[in-house]
Parts: sequence; C-alpha cells; structure tokens
Amino acid sequence: MSPVLEIRDLSVDYGTLRAVHNVTLTLNKGEVLGLAGESGSGKSTLAYAATRLLQPPGHVPSGEVFFKGKDLLSLSDKELQVLRWSEIAIVFQGAMNALNPVISVATQLDDVLRTHRPDVKRPARTARARELLGLVGIPADRLTAYPHQLSGGMRQRVMIAMALALEPEVVIMDEPTTALDVVVQRQILGQMMRLRETLGFSVIFITHDISLLVEFSDRIAIMYGGRVVEEAPAGEIYRAAKHPYSQGLLSSFPALRGPRRELKGIPGSPPDLRSMPSGCPFHPRCPSAMDVCGERMPSLESVEETRRVACWLEGVHV
Amino acid sequence: MTFLLRRALFYLVTLWAAITVNFLLPRLLPGDPVQAMITKLGGRLNSDAMASLYVLFGLDDNKSIWEQYVDYWGSLFRGDLGLSFTFFPTPVADVLAQSMPWTLGLVGVTTVIAFLLGTLLGVYAGWKRGSWMDNLIPVTTFLSSIPYFWLGLIAISLFSVTWPLFPASGGYAPGLVPEFSGEFIGSVLEHAVLPGVTIVVSSVAGWILGMRNMMVTVTAEDYVLVARAKGLTQKRIMFAYAARNAVLPSISGFALSLGFIVGGALLVEMVFSYPGLGYVLFQGIGGKDYPLMQGVFLVITLAVLVANLLADIGYLLLDPRTRKEG
Repeated sequence: MSPVLEIRDLSVDYGTLRAVHNVTLTLNKGEVLGLAGESGSGKSTLAYAATRLLQPPGHVPSGEVFFKGKDLLSLSDKELQVLRWSEIAIVFQGAMNALNPVISVATQLDDVLRTHRPDVKRPARTARARELLGLVGIPADRLTAYPHQLSGGMRQRVMIAMALALEPEVVIMDEPTTALDVVVQRQILGQMMRLRETLGFSVIFITHDISLLVEFSDRIAIMYGGRVVEEAPAGEIYRAAKHPYSQGLLSSFPALRGPRRELKGIPGSPPDLRSMPSGCPFHPRCPSAMDVCGERMPSLESVEETRRVACWLEGVHV
Repeated sequence: MTFLLRRALFYLVTLWAAITVNFLLPRLLPGDPVQAMITKLGGRLNSDAMASLYVLFGLDDNKSIWEQYVDYWGSLFRGDLGLSFTFFPTPVADVLAQSMPWTLGLVGVTTVIAFLLGTLLGVYAGWKRGSWMDNLIPVTTFLSSIPYFWLGLIAISLFSVTWPLFPASGGYAPGLVPEFSGEFIGSVLEHAVLPGVTIVVSSVAGWILGMRNMMVTVTAEDYVLVARAKGLTQKRIMFAYAARNAVLPSISGFALSLGFIVGGALLVEMVFSYPGLGYVLFQGIGGKDYPLMQGVFLVITLAVLVANLLADIGYLLLDPRTRKEG
C-alpha cells in the first residue's frame, strides 16, 4: 500500500493552547481511515489544520502534511487553491449549513467546475452536474432547487456529489451523517463506500460514532486530548482494543453484530484544553491508571506490526 | 405569485387606511384653515369672500363628514389636492410636482450612494477584519453622530464662507431658468455638492457598521468554509457566498430608508434652503397650510408603501427562502 496523505508530527494551537500534539498519521491509497474521539479531542482540528482551513486564532506551529510529495503547509495560496477540491475534497455536515442558502444547487456545483476546469463549456458542465446528482441518487431535476427545498439526507448527498465533482484523490468526511437519522445515515455511508470502490479515492472519516467506523473503515485512529492514543485495523480495534480509552469508547455503543456486551460509557468528561492533566491526559478517567500515568506521557509505540498504542499498560514501555 | 397578490392587497388596505387618516387628521384639529387664512390676511376679507374660501377648501358646513370623505376621494382621483395657502393660489399638486424632483434627485440619489458605498466598505471591512479597515468605523461613526443640522452648518461655514467653494443655499443659481442646458445642470450639481456630501457622510456609517457585522457573522458560517475548501477565488467567496448572505438585512433597511427620503429631507432642505419637499413642508407648517401638509403627508405615505413593496420584491429576488412555491 502506498501512502497518499502523510501527516507528520503535526501540532495545532488555538492562541496559546495546544489542541493537537505531534500527530503522525498516514492515509494509504484506497483506504478508509477512521478518526474517532469525543468532542474536543482534536479530530476535526487535525483535519482542518492539515488542509489549511483552520481559522485564526488556530495555527500550526510545527509539522508537515505531505500529499504527492508536496508539503501542503508550505504551498503558496495559489497552488493551494488549485489543489483544493481537485485533489482533496471535504464532505461537511451538509445537512446543517454547509450549502449556501441563497444560491441554487446547480450554481454551487457549477462553482467548483467553473473554477477548476475553466476550459469546459457551460453545457458540458451542466451535464456533469446532472451526472453527479445521478451518482448519489438524486433526480437531475433537483439541480435547480435551493438547499432549503431539500431534506437533510438529500443535502448530504448533494454535498457528496459536490465532493466527487473533480474526482479527488482524498475525501475527508467530517461528521458527515451526524445530523441524520440512523437509516439515512447507513444508506448514505453505504453509497459513499460503493462510490469509493468504483472511483478509487481514499477517505478520512471523522466521527464520534465508533460503531460506524468499525463498520465502514479499514483502519481506525483514536484521539484523546489532542493525541492519537491508539491506531489499528478496524477489526482489531473492535475485537481487542488495547488502550483503556478505546475500550471505553467501544463499550459506550451497542454492538451491531456478535455477542451482547454491557454498555458502560466512560466516567468523567473530556479534558479541558486550559488545564490538561499531567502525564497521560486520560489517567483521571482511566480504570487501570497507575502511578506513572500521572507523571509521564506514554509515547505512541508499535505493539504489533499494524498497531500503535500510547499506554503504560503495554509492555514496550516498561 | 399568490404571495405577490396577497402583498398587493395588503398594501391597498394600508393605503386606504393611511389616506383616511390623512383625511381625518386636519378635521380633528382645533381651528380651521380658513380662520388661519383670515388671520393671515389681517381681516381684509368680507363675508362673501370667507364663504367662498370655505367652499374652495371643501370645508362648507352643509356637507356631512361622509360627503366630504367621498368628495375627498373624488378629488384625489382627479389629482386635485386643493389649493395651497402659502403659495396661494397654486394648487398643492403643482407645488408637490415642482418640489418632488429636487428631493428625489438630491436625497434619493445620495441615499443610494450612501447605501452602495457603505455596504461595499462594510463588505471589505468585515472580510478583512483586523486590518486597517477597522479604523474606518470609529471615524465614520463619529461623523454620523454629529447632529445633521450642525454638520450642515459646519459644512456651509467651511466650504462656502471660509473657502467659498460651493454655494450655501438653493437648488440652482438665482437668475437661471430651469431647462436642459449645460449651464443649468452644472449649477444644479454645484448646489447639490454640500447637501449631498453631508447626507452621505452622516448616513454611511450605519451601512458600513451593519454590513461589517453581518459579514463577520456570515464568514463564520459553514458554507463559507466549504467555499474556501472548494478552492474558489477570494472574490467569489467574498461576494457570492459571504456578502450575498450578509446583505439581506441591509436590503430591508435600505428599502425603509428609501421610504424616509421624503420625510427625512426636511432637515437637509431647511439647512440648505433646498427647493424640495422638505422645505415646502417646513414652509407649510409655518403657514398652517393644511392642504399642503396633507399633500406632503400623502406623498410620504405613498413613498413608504412603495419602498416596502420594493423591499418585498428585493427580498424575493435575493433570498429564495422567502419564495413560496405554488
């Protein structure tokens, strides 16, 4: 497997507060990489920082993001603008407010095509827009509709159609189905994954819903307090998560298949950026915390060939 | 379409109510205009003349209020608003027709200029917030907080007394005949500079501030983030995504301010003795000229209604969410 997007040692600050600490992650070609964590764990911040969409006071003090041999963080604005959407597209929470309410779906799709493919004539662009809507199962006559005339699910599909307009290499999905009901959620994700097989793009799938990740992604990275605490193939996370936080996240959702498990949830609440606990940020909530956990932060180490864990419970640290 | 019809009906009912109030108001006031006229002429009228004046003003006592009301509507439809006392015996309709173009030309044009200029500056100030543009706001807000008549007087004392660059009063140089000639138009423009600039200076701050704040709010919306992620040009994001949404509240404010052009002209035209409706109203009030005041009020009412209708239509065009599909 060849890497498409490599995030190396990326840190993100909001003013003087560090929201993401030295994260290293690799997205391989054709892969769905899940990014899970509670609200405030830094998962969306990481994605926005990597695509340079972070708004002030957010900024990136250190790190690199390699895409096709180029560091995204050092591209000029012009190069970045060309690369955006044509190579890396983002599916936002379209059900909420990601579509401009005062211009039609057609114009919003066309905006992308017109900006990035200026040599394509209008009829061809319209044909492409109709084709894109067809791809996500929306009748082509909805092209002239305005966002408020569409249901939440349809808006999300429009968002996906828009993301695929230029056949990007990487699609980042940021909580793409959070505002939708469970049935529509699964339909849309299923469709997205089928499109991925035919079009061959790679996906970074960000959600707090780890059960969706287990079902739809190949590999999962779990974030806590701005750090990746565990990274492993989806099946292994589901079967045998190693980090106590991952175990806690998994037991907060009912299993869809397999034997019944007790729902537990995680006691306490996510850490505050302004007062991060010393040592491992999870230790105040951790059921198996030891003395060392409050003193030093465990580094993210490979425990097997395909998994990395940042926890003192793992043998490699001793 | 039904929406527009319903709005039109609403405006007709409002218009009827406004005209009826306009009819009733002078009749509810103590005293009557003929008495005022008699006083003004210092008792140099005999009883026949007084009686004919009462007939002339439609105030002859034989008629019931209902008959007067019907007559009032009849004369309205004929464009007959009665005779002005101040400019006796010129019909009110003629006085209005003469002064209206001046007000529309001066206050109307400057209101549009102030709106366009302020909104555009607001778009940039909001888009590049934290830049030097932010320093503009305290300055313009300071200028707009100066009472208008004071600002006008300062402008006159500086630019037509200390440095006599522009004329201090009037709509055109005395001695010229209103006509389509270069000389006359030049004179009109020259006379419009001071009142026009002071209107823009005193009203532009509101547009800048409103637009800037809406831009700041809208820039934080998801669709602006999406537009950036889409790799659109800065210009496209700023206008089609941010400003296009941010301008909506300003549009209704603008339409309302169009309605107040006529009423709001009073102060400007008083300070600069400008021959528009406001100045006419001022003179009418001074002369207890009820027909003239009624006429001006009617024009103000109509202007507000038309402005509201424009706001409705503007909103329909700009915000698809307000369109009701049949």
